[in-house]
Amino acid sequence: MEISETKILICVTCPVGCEMTVEYKNKDLISVTGNNCKRGEKYASNEIVNPRRVLTSTVILSGAKIKLMPVKTDKPIAKDKIFEAMREINKIKIEAPVKMGDVLRRDFTEQGINLVAGRDA
Amino acid sequence: MVIIGGGPAGLAAALEAKRYGINEKEILIVERERELGGILNQCIHAGFGIHIFEEDLTGPEYASRFIRRVREEKIEYILDSMVLSISDNKIIKIITVVSPELGLCKIEAKAVILAMGCRERTRGALNIPGTRPAGILTAGTAQRFVNIEGYMPGREVVILGSGDIGLIMARRMTLEGAKVKAVCEIMPYSNGLARNIAQCLGDFDIPLKLSHTVVQINGRDRLESVVIAKVDENFKPVAETREVIECDTLLLSVGLIPENELTAEANITLDNITSGAVVDETLMTSADGIFACGNVLHVHDLVDFVTGEGYKAGRAAAEYIIENIGNAKTGAPGASRPTVGTVGIEIVPGEGVRYVVPQRVNLKNLKSSDKFLFRVNNIYRNCKIILKADDYIIYSRKKIKVMPSEMESIEIGEDILSRLYKLNNINNLEICLEK
Repeated sequence: MEISETKILICVTCPVGCEMTVEYKNKDLISVTGNNCKRGEKYASNEIVNPRRVLTSTVILSGAKIKLMPVKTDKPIAKDKIFEAMREINKIKIEAPVKMGDVLRRDFTEQGINLVAGRDA
Repeated sequence: MVIIGGGPAGLAAALEAKRYGINEKEILIVERERELGGILNQCIHAGFGIHIFEEDLTGPEYASRFIRRVREEKIEYILDSMVLSISDNKIIKIITVVSPELGLCKIEAKAVILAMGCRERTRGALNIPGTRPAGILTAGTAQRFVNIEGYMPGREVVILGSGDIGLIMARRMTLEGAKVKAVCEIMPYSNGLARNIAQCLGDFDIPLKLSHTVVQINGRDRLESVVIAKVDENFKPVAETREVIECDTLLLSVGLIPENELTAEANITLDNITSGAVVDETLMTSADGIFACGNVLHVHDLVDFVTGEGYKAGRAAAEYIIENIGNAKTGAPGASRPTVGTVGIEIVPGEGVRYVVPQRVNLKNLKSSDKFLFRVNNIYRNCKIILKADDYIIYSRKKIKVMPSEMESIEIGEDILSRLYKLNNINNLEICLEK
């Protein structure tokens, strides 16, 4: 029989940064304490099974006053794909005009996640 | 109305000034950079807007929302423009500006809002022994190089100070291929947000060395290595713990200072602790009609709070123009009211409290929506936050943990207001901790 494990996690969902005590067994969440809102629970269960982060970076932009376009994934991507994603991002070159929210790469790292522009230029 | 600075504080102030009755043609934002948005433009990471928008936005996204609104409202602004001085002859203030478009010019204003933000402490503030090679820069400068200019400042990095910008740059440099070897923090705790320690250092296995500092810098033209050491309880480096780390870059994230050269030159009273102006409950400084908000007043934890303070200053300055000087449209002069420092009572930081903003308050003008913001001077557990009027306890609240990196607040509310009204002749207010 497997016994449950406990882990201290800092919730990164928002700047409050709740320190949560997370009890789990075999990737199943048993209990979460220390979180101030429901998002903490969701973060904890994701963090145990498949930790994910929103990735932000920049891509080279031409034809505008600014040289770099800030970009982000519109949903969190798998944590273990972050460096692979950065290698992709560093190959991208775009031209103005660009609108905030424009999709620069569809199905980025996995289906249903897009890389989007972070401002107008 | 002239607003100095087009970052989050200035943008919010402008929008709210218009909402409270100042015509958009009577508002001018003066911005030093080539675009509005302030430091948010280089903060490409997420984490902004949780309180104001209940969304997780990047810095440029957060700025864009306000810049769009300022444009929609047709509020005037000038870019690439630097304010050189503010002179104050009570009713009309004269702002001297230099810009490529206008040259050197003077702008008259009935009210001024200071929203210049803050800047970083540099190596000069630390007195680290050693040579003066290239490769030592503040975390914010590195952030600008990487995110705006497109240059990597180095490949092997040590970061001194665990403020949020340092933590954010540890991750950013790592993502762009640098090796961040250590983050040293002289205090036994970090001044950064817990979530940034988790997601910027923890995620990338970057060691955070608490109670450590850089004691020596080596390298002639380019930084070659730094020596770090553990410090004792008096922050003295312990010789036996010295350790050499080879690196080509040292990033400093060792604190922010409100940028108040203009304020000081205008003879506005500054608070020695915050390095910002002394203000009353309307955020008016010791100069009549000059208000301050955002990081130029005191350094905030989150941009959401800067925006909130900008809104407050914008409203207060609009009301000041309309009520005290006369109708904003006709510009008829009215009676000026007494200034901060001559009226109102002091709010004193007591035991365990480093500073309080506002520093002075006119009790009869205090609103239930007002807040007293303050920082504690150390980490305390299981304590009570107390508001006293003279020696009488007006309010108290239990806290499991307070720390210097998190701003605390007391929201005035109807309860506190009615208790204050019941007392006569209060000499001062005090905010303190009971351990």
